Amino acid sequence: MSEVRAAPAGAIALRGVDKTYANGTRAIDGVSLEIAAGSFVSVLGPSGCGKSTLLRMIAGLIVPTDGRIETGARGREIGFVFQEPTLLPWATAEANVALPLRLMGVDAADRRERARQMLARVGLEGFEGAWPRELSGGMKMRVSIARALVDRPRVLLLDEPFAALDEIARHRLNADLLDLWRETGVTVVFVTHSVFESAFLSQRIVVMSARPGRIVADLAVDTDQTRDEAFRTSPAYGATCRRVSDALREAMAA
Amino acid sequence: MSGAWSRFAAPAIVGLVVLAAWEIAVRTGGVPPYILPGPLLIARTLVADWGTLAPALVATLRIAALALLAAVVVGVALAVLFTQSRWLERSLLPYAIVLQVTPIVSIAPLIIVWANDVTLSLLICAWIVAFFPILSNTMLGLNSVDHNLLGLFQLYGAGRWRTLLHLRLPAALPYFLGGLRISGGLALIGAVVAEFVAGAGGSGSGLAYRILEAGYQLKIPRMFAALVLISAAGIAIHLLLAALSHLLLRRWHDSEAGRAL
Repeated sequence: MSEVRAAPAGAIALRGVDKTYANGTRAIDGVSLEIAAGSFVSVLGPSGCGKSTLLRMIAGLIVPTDGRIETGARGREIGFVFQEPTLLPWATAEANVALPLRLMGVDAADRRERARQMLARVGLEGFEGAWPRELSGGMKMRVSIARALVDRPRVLLLDEPFAALDEIARHRLNADLLDLWRETGVTVVFVTHSVFESAFLSQRIVVMSARPGRIVADLAVDTDQTRDEAFRTSPAYGATCRRVSDALREAMAA
Repeated sequence: MSGAWSRFAAPAIVGLVVLAAWEIAVRTGGVPPYILPGPLLIARTLVADWGTLAPALVATLRIAALALLAAVVVGVALAVLFTQSRWLERSLLPYAIVLQVTPIVSIAPLIIVWANDVTLSLLICAWIVAFFPILSNTMLGLNSVDHNLLGLFQLYGAGRWRTLLHLRLPAALPYFLGGLRISGGLALIGAVVAEFVAGAGGSGSGLAYRILEAGYQLKIPRMFAALVLISAAGIAIHLLLAALSHLLLRRWHDSEAGRAL
């Protein structure tokens, strides 16, 4: 039995979720998780721990084998950012950002206006007419994030979005993602295999073990400090990285 | 500069050298024109017989163009149907393949008997030869969509129709155009071969019939002149479809982006 039911707007609840693929692979085993509306949660784990599967189940793209997933957001109220930018190569940056609106039947003028605003928000003013092949990896990812946020979703799901970027671009996108999160109040679930990225971004870090994916640690991160570049060299950040690393090591030993 | 040089000047020089060698060989070797005419004689015949050859060229091109159009319509329609329904694909694709692998010369006589109309039977033959590359390439394109993009469309509640229109069809465009370039040449070949088999004469006959006729009358230079026209038509079709491909893909697809026409 599995079902998706309503939770408070923007909140997510997983109750005893299992996922076994048709080939017998157990991807997720008994995961229960409550995510408060408006929070920033990272899901951290080694490759093959079912992080992506978990995210896709929250989005409703995969149906759990067992258990319940409740989200206070349905379909288009969820924004999804994949590991690759996943843009339409035949459409300009603006048309790519406008895609969700287009699929919903929003009229052209409104679409254009909102896509332009969103592109400006992610720092791509002036690139409205650019084609994906003309953009750098970081810029393409910005377009992808703008597309995910254009319809003001309640929930933003990101699946290792910055893994393929160089460190400079990754740090800038990390900071910009935090700004967008604060401005919009969206609930963020951020899947990553980077201890440092999760420690920099999150209020809370959920650590998973591999095959089958289980939650082995659920760590709260001190949220008082401003997350700017200085934070990356602060003792608090170092301590968080240490705690998360230890939890991850235990997860991999388990 | 060096790009334009290598694209136009280099093949032109090769062509001129070959033609010159041909002309010299024919003249010094004393080869009679009914065995092998020289390029100059062929050119003169082309001009002198233009009144007969031009309508034949138009007739052949007309069949090829109509067959290509039918191949595009049927090929794309079947590709869309097959990718929407696995049952339809399984039931019908084998027959499309049978049609593809059957040598056209062996079924052309039957088609000519059944169709009972020369133009229609030529059209059917040329269509059979031309349609398969469009069908198979378009199917490949429709099925080659990034699965994350499919997930995204699912997330935004786009149904089958919108996913087809906004995702699968544009994604299939480069594949379709690749098939179209193959089919363009095949439509011409199909039109010529079918006419050879039909052997239909008269005022509306095409280049293949003019070649047969010239052969019977031992007008070998005219045969060559007709051949030159068929090659020229093939090259023209190729260039036209390449230009179309460039026009549609240059802004976004790696195969055409950054290339001059």
